[in-house]
Amino acid sequence: MAKITLTVNGEKRSAEVEDRTLLANFLRDELKLTGTHVGCDTSQCGACTVHVDGRAVKSCTMLAAQAEGCEVVTIEGLAKNGKLHPAQAAFTECHALQCGFCTPGMIMTTAALIKQHPQPTDEQIVHGLEGNLCRCTGYLNIVKAVKHAAELQKAK
Amino acid sequence: MYSFQYRKAKSLAEAGEVLAKDDEAKPLSGGMTLIPTLKQRLAQPTQLVDIAGLPELAGIDNKNGVLTIGAATRHADVAGSKVVQDAIPALACLAAGIGDPQVRNRGTLGGSVANNDPAADYPAAVLALNAKVVTNKREIAAADFFQGMFTTALEPGELIVKIAFPLPKAAAYCKFPHPASGYAMAGVFIAQTGDGVRVAVTGAGASGVFRWTEAEQALARGISAEAIEKLTLAADDINEDIHGTREYRAQLVKVMATRAAAALSGKK
Ligand SMILES: Cc1cc2nc3c(=O)[nH]c(=O)nc-3n(C[C@H](O)[C@H](O)[C@H](O)COP(=O)(O)OP(=O)(O)OC[C@H]3O[C@@H](n4cnc5c(N)ncnc54)[C@H](O)[C@@H]3O)c2cc1C
Ligand code: FES
Ligand code: FES
Repeated sequence: MAKITLTVNGEKRSAEVEDRTLLANFLRDELKLTGTHVGCDTSQCGACTVHVDGRAVKSCTMLAAQAEGCEVVTIEGLAKNGKLHPAQAAFTECHALQCGFCTPGMIMTTAALIKQHPQPTDEQIVHGLEGNLCRCTGYLNIVKAVKHAAELQKAK
Repeated sequence: MYSFQYRKAKSLAEAGEVLAKDDEAKPLSGGMTLIPTLKQRLAQPTQLVDIAGLPELAGIDNKNGVLTIGAATRHADVAGSKVVQDAIPALACLAAGIGDPQVRNRGTLGGSVANNDPAADYPAAVLALNAKVVTNKREIAAADFFQGMFTTALEPGELIVKIAFPLPKAAAYCKFPHPASGYAMAGVFIAQTGDGVRVAVTGAGASGVFRWTEAEQALARGISAEAIEKLTLAADDINEDIHGTREYRAQLVKVMATRAAAALSGKK
């Protein structure tokens, strides 16, 4: 067993977990933060994307123990003071989802992307979303939403 | 996943000792290859020794004509490093094209080179640039390091500490990525070095990364796309799988080499 302490959405959390526990399972099963989705077992779909120390990572491909001492932000931690994050608002306004399964991961990736590229080009958006698969939308509205998210972020 | 013991190494020496004592223990770096392998139950290590945070494995520096990158440096940090961009732009560009952003945010240079996946990008750069793989025991020349698919000169308990890339006069990398994973269907790294032109091919060889000597000879007379267009790469030793036949891959290698040569000749 591994004793871990990490910060999740601004709150310090300590737990004892099996060494092999994946961060995604820790978030979902232990902390009941089920907004982080698990859509594959090949590390390809990105539905499980969270931020660890400010970087988008696939929480299904990281051990909870590796996150010891880290700052983790999940989709549940993105809205601040009851106000949606620009990426969340943009996905809603642009109707960038159908079933919504990929959406938490898409939004976490988008939030990291617009931080890195405040005015992303189409090329940067498409390249930046390579680690996130959507089986419904065909991506058009998702790309629009990322652009819109950048605009909302700027206007903030 | 089978169960294992996770242990965060406090020093390179400690990691080396633990691994030397336990044949079934494995080093864990970015985990972007090892964790998916464990999830598929394709490996059953007793312990994972986390080396990602070791200071001995960190750092990027350019000194005396050699760019040295610590083994635990993440792909995103190689891609974003001003030092790498200035010293060997083709290497920064290669790192920026590995997998996807999330993979680049965790995967590391050392993990990729140690793994020697026949479709991985870094091995092409290491071989073409004639880099040295520095371990906790010795220095290994690129030519001796890669020994066929997923096989390297690393001994049990031996860890890559850093990789030293002699600066080329110029270099270019072009790959045809698999549309789903980003791994190379064919990737060609061309380097103009003090010892002549070196051409390394990844993604295509039936026994992993290799040097395409005919292309090197053709380019020695001058870098141009036309020099490659005249060549035919024999398909005998090319890998064949569900993603493509050996003939298709041999052709892809030629196209990628042509593009890399064109990029280089345009720069001159
Ligand atoms: C979806 C996806 C897409 C990908 N696309 C690409 C791609 O396009 N191109 C590409 O090249 N790669 C790709 N990869 C692989 C990725 O680059 C990995 O990061 C890399 O292969 C392994 O590095 P790591 O640090 O994650 O190593 P780990 O997974 O931690 O380790 C890999 C192996 O190396 C050993 N090891 C690790 N570090 C050391 C060391 N310092 N010394 C000795 N042994 C060590 C481990 O024990 C293990 O056996 C992809 C991976 C995924 C999940
Ligand atoms: S669940 Fe993590 S990549 Fe698919
Ligand atoms: S909205 Fe259904 S998978 Fe993306």
